[in-house]
Amino acid sequence: MNSLLAKTKFSGKTITLSHGAGGKAMHDLIDEIFVAGFDSPELTVLEDQARFDLKDLTKLGNRLAMTTDSYVVDPLFFPGGDIGKLAVTGTINDLAVGGAIPLYLTCGMIIEEGFAIDDLQRIVASMKATADAAGVRIVTGDTKVVPRGAADKLFINTAGVGVIAEQCNIMANRATEGDVVIINGYVGDHGAAIVDARGELALEISTETDCQPLNYLIQKMLTVCPDIHCMRDATRGGLATVLNEFAQNSQVAIELDQTKIPIREEVRGVCEVLGLDPLYLANEGKLVAIVAAEDADALIELMQQHPAGKNSSVIGKVAASPQGKVILETGFGGNRIIDMLVGEQLPRIC
Amino acid sequence: MKFVDEFRDTEKAKSLTKAIHQIALNLAPNLTKPLQIMEFCGGHTHTIFRYGIEQMLPDNIEMVHGPGCPVCVLPMGRVDDCVALAEQPDVIFTTFGDAMRVPGSKKSLLQAKADGADIRMTYSPMDALNIARNNPDKEVIFFGLGFETTMPSSAFTVLQAERENISNFSLFCNHITTVPTIKAVLDSPDMQLDGFLAPGHVAMVTGERPFDFIALDYHKPIVITGFEPLDILHSLWMVLQQIEQGRSVVENQYTRIVQPNGNTPALEAISQVFEIREFFEWRGLGSIDHSGVRMKASYAAYDAEKKFAVPNLKIADPKSCQCGEVVKGVIKPWDCKIFGTKCNPENPMGALMVSSEGACAAYYNNGYHEKETA
Repeated sequence: MNSLLAKTKFSGKTITLSHGAGGKAMHDLIDEIFVAGFDSPELTVLEDQARFDLKDLTKLGNRLAMTTDSYVVDPLFFPGGDIGKLAVTGTINDLAVGGAIPLYLTCGMIIEEGFAIDDLQRIVASMKATADAAGVRIVTGDTKVVPRGAADKLFINTAGVGVIAEQCNIMANRATEGDVVIINGYVGDHGAAIVDARGELALEISTETDCQPLNYLIQKMLTVCPDIHCMRDATRGGLATVLNEFAQNSQVAIELDQTKIPIREEVRGVCEVLGLDPLYLANEGKLVAIVAAEDADALIELMQQHPAGKNSSVIGKVAASPQGKVILETGFGGNRIIDMLVGEQLPRIC
Repeated sequence: MKFVDEFRDTEKAKSLTKAIHQIALNLAPNLTKPLQIMEFCGGHTHTIFRYGIEQMLPDNIEMVHGPGCPVCVLPMGRVDDCVALAEQPDVIFTTFGDAMRVPGSKKSLLQAKADGADIRMTYSPMDALNIARNNPDKEVIFFGLGFETTMPSSAFTVLQAERENISNFSLFCNHITTVPTIKAVLDSPDMQLDGFLAPGHVAMVTGERPFDFIALDYHKPIVITGFEPLDILHSLWMVLQQIEQGRSVVENQYTRIVQPNGNTPALEAISQVFEIREFFEWRGLGSIDHSGVRMKASYAAYDAEKKFAVPNLKIADPKSCQCGEVVKGVIKPWDCKIFGTKCNPENPMGALMVSSEGACAAYYNNGYHEKETA
């Protein structure tokens, strides 16, 4: 990928404290790496803020949506993605699952002294490519450089703005008895890929992160099912956590069918070996939606035609009680309650 | 998935469950209380909850979740020792993952790590040895934990370190033994158990014979059991058959792994490196004679207890804890006065709330916060 990037005077160099000092070095870095890399009209004018025409926004809906997230993933590059792709995708998805059309992103970077500028350029290019593919623009940003040891290589914060259409009302408290639970594909890929990429466990798997923007898929979903009741992306804490949020906010029970939850063989294998539960593994391109049962067939059919939804399926349903609980039918004849995770998921000893 | 799905087959589960219900029905007229079968091992407890096996059983069969979760039974003082070792300068302290959250009297290893100690999670002591190879200017300590299942890998790692003369590696030996612990449970006056599922991976190392005393001296049926859900149901059926036929013998359900005489090289490595301690302190059960091992004097160079000043202070269990009674099947987790209130997975007071394999944590994590919801 490096060879495709424009050569700059920074090629082969590393970040120093002067790149964050506000002087010429910083301006050069911003011009050559960020402004050139993100290449958006709002950024090019180099004012202290990006400016938008309200008229353009009100054509799309009646409410603004805004969100922010910080990205500190280690390692920065992993199978199928990198921190840049993650930083753009994560914020786009946080807007999109509320029904918003994501439009603009900010990008704040905290860079550790000594970071390779070639890597920075790769990450910026990845952010740009991801944003372009999702139809959003990175319109303003900030760069800070901290002394070695004060941050781990690179942290990125992105904030995003989008517009929600008038008829859309997606809320975590709208699940009702009889609704069904839908997911757009395999769970746990991102978590497994990161465990593998850390290289501490000498696993030999080929699972890639599922990191992908979901906004186009969701906008399509809203055309056949304008009244999606609940929708969130299942990131940290996995599928289990999102469903607990729905069950608690809506005061309903959610019944999952283990045999219907799509999990790749490789991810299952990693979990079997390491004693992890795939329902709690992180995803970066998975939405969980709760919709009226009568909308499910048409919705699944449409989702399966979209690249981000090829393996979509119904994985469970909403019942009246026990309120606030997620219950998994194990496929073995018993069932168990899937609770929120208390701390980090730790591998078991034996 | 091959070699996994075969052991989780729904149809086979149904026919085993039916057979178990039939025996329970046959036995019912002669029972004055539900039959209590103890699964000793935390791995079995995990499977039982993960697959909802308790709900598949008849009302007159109760599972009692035993003390075989090495993380759960770590006394606070030992965690304090780990923290003290980890906080010494130029030490890299390595441990299995689920030991990280066990509370000490002041902090857990997870908190010590946050405070700046170099503590790393490993999957095997050999990984720790590798860290020692790559960091010759640091002292690398591995927290050796677990029953006979994990003992051989610790022993082999010490032998490997000796062979390669890796002098910056040492083992903090907290390995524990199965038989004295089962014996302590059986000898307790309020014990009401009717049969046992024996730990399959311990038996893989030790073989079948160490469990003979349970059948011969205590006249309890015992079946060496694998860790898949069908293994559990199959073994339960075998235990119930023994009860119905008035037999008590050691049977092996886990024949695909467990040889009658165990694993000779593993046993040799264990006896080469380790020797029995006079007693060992357990969280929830107190001190049990001969229930732990230490490193032999000839391996003192690799023994963290010899290489470093270990505080070795005894810290009493919180008085309100009733872990001992839960472990012996005298009460259920929700009968404990502090279950789910003062004692929960975020802030575990007692041993059994510490690891997801502990009975109380398993009850809590599976949503059995109160009796009514079970």
